[in-house]
Amino acid sequence: MSNAPLQLQNICKNYGALRVTDDVSLNIEAGELHAIIGPNGAGKTTLIHQISGHAQSDSGRIIFDGQDVSRLPMAERARMGLVRSFQITSILPRFSALENVAIAVQARSGSSFSFFGNASKEPALNDAAIALLSRFGLAARAGVPAGQMSHGEKRQLEIAIALAAKPKLLLLDEPLAGTSHDESQRLINTLQELRKELPIVLIEHDMDAVFALADRVSVLVYGRIIASGSPQSIRDNAEVRAAYLGEEAA
Amino acid sequence: MNNLVDLDAHASPALATPRRANRAYLLPLIVFAIFALVPLSVLWGSQSFILALVTRIMILALAAMSLDLLIGYGAMISFGHAAYVGLGAYSVAILASHGITDGFIQLAVALSVSLIFAFFTGAISLRTKGVYFIMITLAFGQMLFFLGTSLAAYGGDDGLTLASRSMFFGSKFMKNDVAMYYVAFGVLLGAYLLLRAIVASRFGRVLRGIRENPVRMEAIGFAPYRYQLTAYVIAGMIAGVSGFLLANQTEFVSPAYTAWQRSGDLIFVLVLGGLGSLHGAIIGAAVFSLLADILSHYTENWALIFGPILILVVLYARGGITGLFGSKS
Ligand SMILES: Nc1ncnc2c1ncn2[C@@H]1O[C@H](COP(=O)(O)OP(=O)(O)O)[C@@H](O)[C@H]1O
Ligand SMILES: [Mg+2]
Repeated sequence: MSNAPLQLQNICKNYGALRVTDDVSLNIEAGELHAIIGPNGAGKTTLIHQISGHAQSDSGRIIFDGQDVSRLPMAERARMGLVRSFQITSILPRFSALENVAIAVQARSGSSFSFFGNASKEPALNDAAIALLSRFGLAARAGVPAGQMSHGEKRQLEIAIALAAKPKLLLLDEPLAGTSHDESQRLINTLQELRKELPIVLIEHDMDAVFALADRVSVLVYGRIIASGSPQSIRDNAEVRAAYLGEEAA
Repeated sequence: MNNLVDLDAHASPALATPRRANRAYLLPLIVFAIFALVPLSVLWGSQSFILALVTRIMILALAAMSLDLLIGYGAMISFGHAAYVGLGAYSVAILASHGITDGFIQLAVALSVSLIFAFFTGAISLRTKGVYFIMITLAFGQMLFFLGTSLAAYGGDDGLTLASRSMFFGSKFMKNDVAMYYVAFGVLLGAYLLLRAIVASRFGRVLRGIRENPVRMEAIGFAPYRYQLTAYVIAGMIAGVSGFLLANQTEFVSPAYTAWQRSGDLIFVLVLGGLGSLHGAIIGAAVFSLLADILSHYTENWALIFGPILILVVLYARGGITGLFGSKS
């Protein structure tokens, strides 16, 4: 028995006749940053949906932290520490940046079935939220409605939200997508720090970032993992080059 | 514009500036001050119909305000909210017809029945979304309507006249229209303060978050269903209290109280006054009732005029009347 914090065992997912996840088995080890790469439509986002519980698998098992979470809803998995970000930015647009983070802190501190007392004035929640925003250079933007932030800021905010939810493992779906050079550099630096704190599953198209960050890389094509290994071994893998990297490198 | 927001962020990131907070309190303060003083106009010889009209405005406002918790703060568009007004009203009338006129007992029954009905119908309705949620809440409302029409023992279609208004502590003080007025006023003020607290609380923030983006909320660990169901029950119970007051004010109940048109009126009142501000419901109720009253002097088809008004509000004043004042919370 492996004691890897996240274990995918033969998981499958069909959308109609389309097999989007095809018998994927993968262990995410403690302390590793595991990148999943693959062409568009390979099923990477669907895989994150299945792991996070946003979509249920048709078959197979997902073990997190020693528990079978295969049938648990997303909220319950999140409370266990299995926390994700979204490829398409998902924030609370009319909430300030601060409240976006503070409400995630709230999720993991005390009951939310509390009907009195102004939540937006709880110092413990706000202090933790400000600390996280600072980490992403967003402290000065705390009062801005999240919907009015720039795309790059929203991407950073989303990771701050995920961290506020006290993850034990982080699932990041293309966090760098659409960010400027400076912003993605900043995010890569943050990820370099984060990887020391918790295991991360990273889906990313930016190959430089992937090879700079990942301990291991898995390649997903048509819902199957065709190769898994160190960044170097993936770079050297002929099948991967043919299926994916070749076209990228060109 | 952006600079302003930034400055606020530096000064006090979590909160609106005190100046802005004051303005947010101003409008509801004025509204309640006016309501508090209306009965004094009787001293100057105004007719009692004004007292009755404004009492009914406050009762309508109470129901609409509770619906604002669902629609404005929870994005749950219930089209069956008048059902709870009916439940509260019939609780009074049926108990009274059996000689139970104690207001506390009637109120306890009104609240319990509303709670139970909201819990079970909400538990089912909230499994659906969007237009299905609207239709299923409508269907539950209609179920009550037809139940009301079939209650031959309690007047069926024709409804039921109250032998007397509710008694509190063995006193019939509510017989007095001014007393009745201030009871409605007190309840409206109490419900306003309660709902204000709720929407700002941890619970309320989760509810608002679910309105903004339910998937985001699930991803940080909130299961929307239980928060929405709790809000649904709270809103149902407050609307039940509005029914309790309505039965007392009109001394009459009928299935018409629960008709889908009344649920539609509540939504209209909210859109007119402004969603998601609570006091918008009160302003909407006042404008709605006054318009209906004035227009009905001129034409039988006064309801026809409401259609175009609604269209204008939706097209040009999305925030409703409250939105025009620029103070939305
Ligand atoms: N909800 C859905 N219903 C039907 N097909 C879907 C759905 N979600 C994704 N797909 C399909 O599954 C395939 C994989 O999509 P996705 O997981 O988004 O890939 P990736 O993230 O690797 O680009 C695509 O062909 C996509 O069209
Ligand atoms: Mg994707």
